[in-house]
Amino acid sequence: MDRRIATREAYGEALAELGAENPDIVVLDADLSKSTKTEIFARRFPERFFNMGIAEQNMLGTAAGLAAAGKIVFCSSFAIFAAGRAFEQVRNSIAYPALNVKIGASHGGITVGEDGASHQSIEDIALMRALPNMTVLVPADAVATRILVRAAAALEGPVYLRLGRMAVPVLYDGGASLVPGRAHVWREGRDLTFVATGLMVSVALEAAHLLEREGYRVGVMDVHTIKPLDVEALVRAARATGAVVTLEEHTVIGGLGSAVAEALSEYHPVPVKRIGLPDTFGESGKPQELLEKYGLTARHAVAAAKEILARKG
Amino acid sequence: METLRETRIARLAAMARRLRCHVIRMTGEAGSGHPGGSLSAAEIIATLYFDVLRIDPARPDWPDRDRFVLSKGHAAPTLYAALAERGFFPVAELLSLRKLGSRLQGHPDMRKTPGVEMSTGSLGQGISAAVGMALAGKLDGRDWRVYVLLGDGESEEGQVWEASMAAAHYRLDNLTAFLDHNGYQIDGPVGEVMSPEPLADKWRAFGWHVISIDGHDIGAILDAVEEARATRGRPTMIVARTTKGKGVSFMEAEPVRWHGTAPTREQMIRALAELGCPETIL
Repeated sequence: MDRRIATREAYGEALAELGAENPDIVVLDADLSKSTKTEIFARRFPERFFNMGIAEQNMLGTAAGLAAAGKIVFCSSFAIFAAGRAFEQVRNSIAYPALNVKIGASHGGITVGEDGASHQSIEDIALMRALPNMTVLVPADAVATRILVRAAAALEGPVYLRLGRMAVPVLYDGGASLVPGRAHVWREGRDLTFVATGLMVSVALEAAHLLEREGYRVGVMDVHTIKPLDVEALVRAARATGAVVTLEEHTVIGGLGSAVAEALSEYHPVPVKRIGLPDTFGESGKPQELLEKYGLTARHAVAAAKEILARKG
Repeated sequence: METLRETRIARLAAMARRLRCHVIRMTGEAGSGHPGGSLSAAEIIATLYFDVLRIDPARPDWPDRDRFVLSKGHAAPTLYAALAERGFFPVAELLSLRKLGSRLQGHPDMRKTPGVEMSTGSLGQGISAAVGMALAGKLDGRDWRVYVLLGDGESEEGQVWEASMAAAHYRLDNLTAFLDHNGYQIDGPVGEVMSPEPLADKWRAFGWHVISIDGHDIGAILDAVEEARATRGRPTMIVARTTKGKGVSFMEAEPVRWHGTAPTREQMIRALAELGCPETIL
């Protein structure tokens, strides 16, 4: 867990790698290529990179047109602008006609840090998950990012890929195999399952480790694909452990926690506790300080686990 | 030579009238829709589909076809009528407009209707898609061209100007836009609701080659398209002055009312008679 790489960094490198293999890959950015790391692709394939300026609505629409003409389009900005500002363009020009556009949205969540709440997307998973035809991917680390970027390119249709600004621990080894739509089970549990996505997977692993020292056997599952949700794996974990704690760097409304609660209440109801932003905007601060303030650390996960274990009885 | 051109224009004028007949019949049958702005675009769409566009109804996915994007998607009846008359699907299907299970949605759906290049209807979005298509054509070094039709009310959308900027920035001379400048939107005259004027000057300032014409003058449309094709290094905007509800006197007289209201059966019969539609259209 010593190496730390931001998922946006892995995204930029994976794009460049894909670009070398597939001449149909085209990349768009909205004046943030240095931050989203599409600049790595831009340097290698300048003729297939288009900076669309600070105009996200047109960027998403242009991506739709390129895709309609046969291109595989990766389109990047901060999550707040790609999913938020251009939401209706994503809906009507991309999701509705099911066009082959991959939205590589960086700076998801509060670990954007010092820029503050205006730039911290806490609701993008909820927005994108609500769209028919949309696949929603949230890689936990650099390895998962590389795998999921390639999977997104191979998938026919729209994909939303949520990436982070902050360097996060590398969890998977290079040979890992992740399949979109299938949750990755890190460890099986008996007492409780942590169901996490994005950078919260490493938090869940840490918390599970802490709980193990107290004698609990806690499962950890990486739901890198929020949609389509791996309901089978969730039901299996709920059946085996009887309690679930979800962890996401996102508002508890509409994201992973909601998706899991929806699925379990329908197929196998067990006590569920959602860890995420409690219906509030973020603020400026260092990423680690924000995670601490808003309850997104292993310490908080342990406390939530104990609360739910008590409820479970 | 002049006779050839006259014959060509007469043929397109007859088709524009035919499209109008379909529009009235379709919206009347559907009981809803947007006849006003569908009628104003009849000459532009007839000229594109029956003279300008390099398309093959037998191969709607032919990679080297020209593309047309109806950015003002509410004029879908005119587009559908042109596609049917051109052979993309049976003319009889036109009467299924807006009905449950129909391939002819209230606004264009590229996945449902053969020949529809882009799903549009949410204003301002079609032109961005057209920019993307034109970029793809340039990227692949192909000679197919992209045409897009915008409304004047639609020009109030900020996205239109984002797209306009991008098209000029990337020197998309394979992109030709038409502005169906009929002067009215749902809530009233465009100039009273939110004036986007001076439109021709704005497009010029954004780096486009701009041609102003009478949008019902087919000869002028043909000449403008020729000029656009010959223009290098920048996209062309053809500002077409049109009349909302064109061809139907009571619609021309009340353009705001007829933006989004379908004719009753009685009004439909009156309109069809005025347009001189063939009996078979009923």
